[in-house]
Amino acid sequence: MIKNITKLSLILLFLSSNAFSESVFDEAKIFKNIRCLVCQGQSIADSNSEFAQTIKIVVRDQIKEGKNEKEIYDFLSNKFGEWIIYKPKFNYRNSILWLLPYLSLILGGILIYKFLRKRKN
Amino acid sequence: MKFKRIVFFTIVFFILVVFFFALKKSNIYNTKNLIGQKIEPFEIISFENNEIVTEKNLQENNFTLINFWASWCSPCRVEHPFLISLSKTKKVKLIGVNFKDKKRNAQNFLNTLGNPYDLIVTDNNGTYSIHFGIYGIPESILIDKELKILAKFIGPIDKDDYKKIFEIIKNDKKYN
Repeated sequence: MIKNITKLSLILLFLSSNAFSESVFDEAKIFKNIRCLVCQGQSIADSNSEFAQTIKIVVRDQIKEGKNEKEIYDFLSNKFGEWIIYKPKFNYRNSILWLLPYLSLILGGILIYKFLRKRKN
Repeated sequence: MKFKRIVFFTIVFFILVVFFFALKKSNIYNTKNLIGQKIEPFEIISFENNEIVTEKNLQENNFTLINFWASWCSPCRVEHPFLISLSKTKKVKLIGVNFKDKKRNAQNFLNTLGNPYDLIVTDNNGTYSIHFGIYGIPESILIDKELKILAKFIGPIDKDDYKKIFEIIKNDKKYN
């Protein structure tokens, strides 16, 4: 009986610690991706400004309400514009920003390939 | 050789175009994208009697100015005479959102400088203000009866903003 209770307690402890670490992780990840609008190049994770403190409360409240990362970012972008999120969304306006590194990589690869082929010949 | 030249000039052209547009774009942050949007439903506690105030309270007048203020905010003292004048005209309903403030200090502020507000609500931890897209104090939002945001004023209301409020009201065909 005692063994079973101990097992159950350990399982519960493991599950609760896991859930806690997950929520802390999510929270920290979200904080790092939100720009502090009243600071110079800082995320709200790095800032102690009034604005950063308030946004942290709002994010925590929304996590408690069960909102996911995307929903939180959508809410903040809707209120403060896309500028508030560090990682830009993939849409037609940001497409160059997202695709350019891959295109450069492919173009670079082609150029290197051509150069090496020419050298071999 | 020709291919290399084309690639080189394309890259240079692309960089110049990106720089041209990026440098032309203003880096001053604003929340003008909120203009035209409707205010979301909300529930805030009243400053005076802890009653619940909702968006319906903002639909009693054709135009409402929601002003975010605090007793600790010195620019709020600068804009206060404009709010007092605005309240005297009776053309706009004034709602004050007392932001992260102590009730006693806020009351002293109003006793000293006058109370221009038709209704005051309390935002103790500042979270309600985030729902209005507020990121600093003072800020003001002008809305119409349908809760549509007509203008947003970042910083203290000055002479120009005061004139702008009347211009917007005058030019709004829906309520004139």
